[in-house]
Amino acid sequence: MDSPVKEGTIETLTLWIVDDEPGLCLGAAKSLNEYVVTFSDLPERVGFSVTSFHTGEAFLEQVDLGVLPDILLLDHRMPGISGLEILEILSARNIKLMTIMITAYGTFEYAVQATKLGAFDFVPKPFTPRELRYSIEKAVRDLILTRKARQLETEKKKVRFEMISVVSHELKSPINAIEGYLDIMKAQRLGAGISEYAAMVDRCMVRINGMRKLIVDLMDLTRLESGQKVRHVQELDLVPIVKQSLESIGPDAAVKQLAITLDMPEAVMMTADPTELTMVCNNLLTNAVKYNIPEGSIFLTIQPTETRVMIQVRDTGIGLSDDDQKRLFQEFSRIKNEQTRDIEGSGLGLSILKKIADLYHGQVSVKSEFGQGSTFTVTLSRGN
Amino acid sequence: MNQKLVLLVDDDKDFIEQQSINLTAMGYQVATAYSAAEAQDWLARQQPDLAIVDLMMENTDSGFVLSYHIKKQHPEIPVILVTAVTRETGMSFDLINSEEKQWIKADAVLPKPIRFEQLASEIRRLVN
Repeated sequence: MDSPVKEGTIETLTLWIVDDEPGLCLGAAKSLNEYVVTFSDLPERVGFSVTSFHTGEAFLEQVDLGVLPDILLLDHRMPGISGLEILEILSARNIKLMTIMITAYGTFEYAVQATKLGAFDFVPKPFTPRELRYSIEKAVRDLILTRKARQLETEKKKVRFEMISVVSHELKSPINAIEGYLDIMKAQRLGAGISEYAAMVDRCMVRINGMRKLIVDLMDLTRLESGQKVRHVQELDLVPIVKQSLESIGPDAAVKQLAITLDMPEAVMMTADPTELTMVCNNLLTNAVKYNIPEGSIFLTIQPTETRVMIQVRDTGIGLSDDDQKRLFQEFSRIKNEQTRDIEGSGLGLSILKKIADLYHGQVSVKSEFGQGSTFTVTLSRGN
Repeated sequence: MNQKLVLLVDDDKDFIEQQSINLTAMGYQVATAYSAAEAQDWLARQQPDLAIVDLMMENTDSGFVLSYHIKKQHPEIPVILVTAVTRETGMSFDLINSEEKQWIKADAVLPKPIRFEQLASEIRRLVN
């Protein structure tokens, strides 16, 4: 039971019955062969392929060949080797099998012994088809959940590895750059005067700030993803937060002589965490400034409805090609072309934006034309 | 004295800045291009004595392709490919085995960060 199954299809598990009573084997097989297990809270649908063995020895022959079922129904009292002995053998060989004991023999000591040896459940004989199915459903549920847990573990490790690989790659570039400059300074390749090196010292500072921003953004992103961030969700007005964000980009916008036009109501009440809203506004506005042309424009629109609010930022900047738009929300993706060559960034801003929007059952979308400008639209639930 | 001319192609402006200084210190004249397209434009008008080309520029393998074109059009111009993509990321390029020599059209592949001495000796080897 290793690979995941497409929703809607019936997954077939192999089920072996080890019991010396042929009548019981037939009856059990009959009630299971056409049976499909479904769950109210899981999408999986499970059917069975049933095989019977009348002796423990016959069963062990298969085990010796390396063949194992997904589920085992095991009787205890058999002419040859007993159910408990089989459990002991499996345990000694470190073979983990989902085992349900079916037996008329029922002492407390036996049950304890069997449980210690790894039995999952007991269906005492005589049992009705319903009783058997009930126990098997429990077993199947356990198998499915165990598989899901294992898949999550593997996926987690994979994602962690990918993230760490990408981060080391992203950090290498600024580290190499700074080292290159220091090497030149050490060898004094531009002469003995320190003023010769002023430009490259500044450049090192820029790269260091870039690394710092990368780390900060990474922390924001992983905190959002892991749910580690403590949220201070409260009733608040979006408008002052937007105004504050505008103030913070003021200086950079002034340097480029950008004209900012606002279209927003007096107040927009919503239930939200102020830090998260600030991040959304800052993200949209800093991009609109960074990628804009000198003497360009920024149009900021806030449009509330009863239950949602739209925050839209349009710029007259360099815009994005269709190809670039597709890659936009990937982590660390940065659009590299002649126009963006000098623009610094971690490449995580839009990923963070999307993660925050998710918290508010929201969406992020972009419309852009290369050379004309871009419009980023974020809609969030007001939580009311 | 006839100074040798080195063409430097990379979209990383710090790398360009640094290697320009280093190559000048080694005694070479330096021309720079920030993209494969820019390099092609320049090559249409001039030829260098050696080209140093970054493998991956602007998120594609345009440097790789550029190197191929240079060797095709001007097989006498030595090309050094430089790359930040190394063994750690699971991809490695070097010309140790002949299989790679076949499809990587370059005379040498150097991993970043490039050591001054290593670059100097590679260029000396290839230009003479």
